[in-house]
Amino acid sequence: MSQVIDQKKLTRKDFSTDQDVRWCPGCGDYSILANVQRVMPEVGVMPDNMVWVSGIGCAARFPYYMDTYGFHTIHGRAPAFVTGIKATNPELNVWLASGDGDSLSIGGNHLLHCLRRNLDVRILLFNNRIYGLTKGQYSPTSEVGKVTASTPVGSADQPVDPCSFALGCNGTFVARSIDVEAKHLAGVLKRASEHRGTAFVEIYQNCNVFNDGAFKSFTDKDNKLDNQLRVENGQPLLYGKDNRRGLRLDPKTLALETVTIGENGVTEADLLVHDESNGVIASLLVRMPRPTFPVAIGVLFRTERTTYDESLRQQKQAVVDRAGANDLEALLNSGNTWEV
Amino acid sequence: MAAQPEPAGSGERSSNTPKTIIGAVVRFAGDSGDGMQVTGDQFTTTAAVLGNDLATFPDFPAEIRAPAGTLYGVSGFQINFASKDVFTPGDRPDVLVAMNPAALKTNLPDLVPGGLLVVNADAFSPQNLKKAGYEKSPLEGSELEGYQVLSVDITKHTVNAVKPTGLSVKEANRCKNFWTLGLMYWIYNRPLELTLEWLQKKYAKRPDVVEANSLALKAGHAFGETVELGYQRYEVPAAPVTKGKYRNIAGNTATSWGLVAAAQLSGLEVVLGSYPITPASTILHELSKHKHLGVTTIQAEDEIAAACIAIGASYAGGIGVCTTSGPGMALKMEAIGLAISVELPLVIVNIQRAGPSTGMPTKTEQADLLQAVYGRNSEAPLCVIAASTPGDCFHMAIEAVRLATKFMTPVVLLTDGYLANGAEPWLIPKVEDLPKIDVNFRKEAEGFHPFLRDPETLARNWAIPGTPGLRHRIGGIEKDHDSGHISYDPQNHERMSQVRATKIANIAKFVPEQKIGLGDDHGKLLVLGWGSTYGAIREAVRNCRDRGLSVSHAHLNYLFPFPRNLGDVLSRFDRVLIPEMNMGQLVKLIRSEYLIPAESYPKIQGQPFRIEELEDRIRKTLEN
Ligand SMILES: Cc1ncc(C[n+]2csc(CCOP(=O)(O)OP(=O)(O)O)c2C)c(N)n1
Ligand code: SF4
Ligand SMILES: [Mg+2]
Repeated sequence: MSQVIDQKKLTRKDFSTDQDVRWCPGCGDYSILANVQRVMPEVGVMPDNMVWVSGIGCAARFPYYMDTYGFHTIHGRAPAFVTGIKATNPELNVWLASGDGDSLSIGGNHLLHCLRRNLDVRILLFNNRIYGLTKGQYSPTSEVGKVTASTPVGSADQPVDPCSFALGCNGTFVARSIDVEAKHLAGVLKRASEHRGTAFVEIYQNCNVFNDGAFKSFTDKDNKLDNQLRVENGQPLLYGKDNRRGLRLDPKTLALETVTIGENGVTEADLLVHDESNGVIASLLVRMPRPTFPVAIGVLFRTERTTYDESLRQQKQAVVDRAGANDLEALLNSGNTWEV
Repeated sequence: MAAQPEPAGSGERSSNTPKTIIGAVVRFAGDSGDGMQVTGDQFTTTAAVLGNDLATFPDFPAEIRAPAGTLYGVSGFQINFASKDVFTPGDRPDVLVAMNPAALKTNLPDLVPGGLLVVNADAFSPQNLKKAGYEKSPLEGSELEGYQVLSVDITKHTVNAVKPTGLSVKEANRCKNFWTLGLMYWIYNRPLELTLEWLQKKYAKRPDVVEANSLALKAGHAFGETVELGYQRYEVPAAPVTKGKYRNIAGNTATSWGLVAAAQLSGLEVVLGSYPITPASTILHELSKHKHLGVTTIQAEDEIAAACIAIGASYAGGIGVCTTSGPGMALKMEAIGLAISVELPLVIVNIQRAGPSTGMPTKTEQADLLQAVYGRNSEAPLCVIAASTPGDCFHMAIEAVRLATKFMTPVVLLTDGYLANGAEPWLIPKVEDLPKIDVNFRKEAEGFHPFLRDPETLARNWAIPGTPGLRHRIGGIEKDHDSGHISYDPQNHERMSQVRATKIANIAKFVPEQKIGLGDDHGKLLVLGWGSTYGAIREAVRNCRDRGLSVSHAHLNYLFPFPRNLGDVLSRFDRVLIPEMNMGQLVKLIRSEYLIPAESYPKIQGQPFRIEELEDRIRKTLEN
């Protein structure tokens, strides 16, 4: 089924299966797949040591197309499967592909616990703001009033922002990118691959069949630069066609405001500088209301914390150091015993 | 349980020479704060060391901290000890120790007529009587007439006894269970040494507590001795048990240790995903102590995650296990279906409790058999086995892992609350005598696909991530029989469904044939049981056979598939009676599998069968 591979010469082909890809023509999932396959050779992990895990949904078909180990599980529970995989073999390099319904509706609970535990896994959440596979019902990220098959007069529920959720769960790496922004996405994936712990990446993905144009307002060629804020660690938060728009923090309200350099005496020095390790800035960036503000993409937050798998390993080692390993006989004979 | 040759308090009142009896059932009952479990444990240890066969059962209140003195705050501990084989903690106590009115009220109905009732008279205050719902003290009326009543001011005696230690009255008061234990030791002519030694060890850091409890224990004993109680004393000699080293073991401890043993015997890590639920939680607690023995435990966010964690572990080359009770198993079912579809090993231990829904979490039942066998969407066969005694839990846990890995399948191991908390002396097995569990991961890339099968067992090959050259994808979508790729082909689906079913059915070829546990292999009546009813059925059948009835007992450990000779075994009896703590679940399986008119004897009270109920039913069945 698989060929033996020379690590030094890994190419994107080494990560591609011969399976027919079954997404709708024009689906954003294709460009994500292409990007992932392009980035994988740079990750430095042999395909034999890599596992792609998913739940159910269009996004969750992803593992079938990666020539690595792959486990297509059940709806929403992929983080729990990964927990078992990493607890058993922490050496494996594990990735998880998921949709907005899979991750935030049926699987919200597991995502929460994966993030707070900081399990060593890279989670790609393909956010198309719709249930694709089940033919177009609204999802937890759909905007209020969304008209779909199941909500003919519009949905009543407030959407959840995936990155906000991830920050709220004490995620250690929170990033965002867009299916069609190939270079940007590749950069974010590379960063995610380098993170130890749960690397959470939300990818805006166009479902051209059931929610076409959901991200048009910031992906259309003509206006995207005015609507995308590409954050870079240590750089001022600048955006706009001529890179003269920026974000400033109002110290009185602790809220962000958009400003234009050169107007009202605003200079670059007035702008907020992005600091990946600053959770406050991250939470401001992920909650910026549209369309007043641009959409922040890039690595929004990153910090280091012991991973769950590492903690498990350390605890085990500590017990072995104290009790010695593998004495079943001693266990069976422990406590009160008597001879007859 | 032991026969009850004579209630402990019956007969002569003069002699102080102990009279030898075959056995007795003693129940300690008091407020949850009265230390009845410790008292029972100590009485048990001493009986065990003296060589009695025994079985015990604790009865905790459902509330964590029930208000003192209330009916629902009563905690009990029952022991059946004898000089012959003991199979259950006993139907009814010969001796009841009631430390307060509430304990008397809730337990008196069980005491055998003429039995000995020891009560702490000090606790029968107007306030306590009221809490127990007594209008006037039962110690004064005629209510207790049919029993031997030994009403003692236990609290006062205890406080006096421990005075020299200078402990406060409140602390002194806490020693009254040891005073009571001392008195029971006197009645059954038992030595105090083991308990004295235990106190030394247990409270090494509190010499005053050791001293006080030791004084109380001795005083209780001396009370019997010096007050010249006119009560009969008894001697229960050692039972003729197999030579060897023993320990007392409760079902949940045995299950936990069986899983630890399985890790050692297979050389694989046991990865437990579990979410706390009564009465399964103590397995999670126990396994969490043994990280140095090849066990990883994860307290999952819910039972679904617990199952998925376990499956993920098996996928990665460990032994995925989850321990739960009925409601938790219900939550796991979709994940179990995946494990069936991708054919990965998985062990689900269900410590059944009384339901539906929350039901009565601390009470026992056997009503998850059909859930285990059939409770999934579509055709999703798996293997179901059950343990019959606390000690058997150890061996069946190993067996569950052996079957799961040999056949690449989920295995449900059913135990229940009665087995979980019940305890019995257990001949400690030698590790070198335990059967190794052979596991072979697929290594060679030549000709590999993930659903290649062993021609004999039909198990697919287990290829774990990280193996060079075996990269593959698996999932819950139907796969092609010959390549393992996704397939929606109608013929292929039927073929795969059949393969999955045949694989499970074939397990019968690899497990022991069904034996008749007691009695002839043919006759008028076979009593067929499974799970924790073992002891009660065995005892009842033994008693009936002693009276010359044509009845035998067979007990199932393998429920799906059934042992290959079961049809044969059943066909040699005129009638088959199936007692179960449910509304008749095994009987449905037996009827549909073998087309015989097996008779059901259901009991669904959250309580195990009494031996006398079973005897009655056997007798009546044979009469008509
Ligand atoms: C237990 C269960 N319930 C429901 C479904 C049906 N289902 C499959 S995918 C899906 C939603 C998928 O939406 P999303 O996760 O956003 O993925 P997308 O298809 O949009 O990529 C649903 C409801 C299922 N497979 N399993
Ligand atoms: S339904 Fe939408 S998300 Fe699913 S494959 Fe088609 S376009 Fe993509
Ligand atoms: Mg979606």
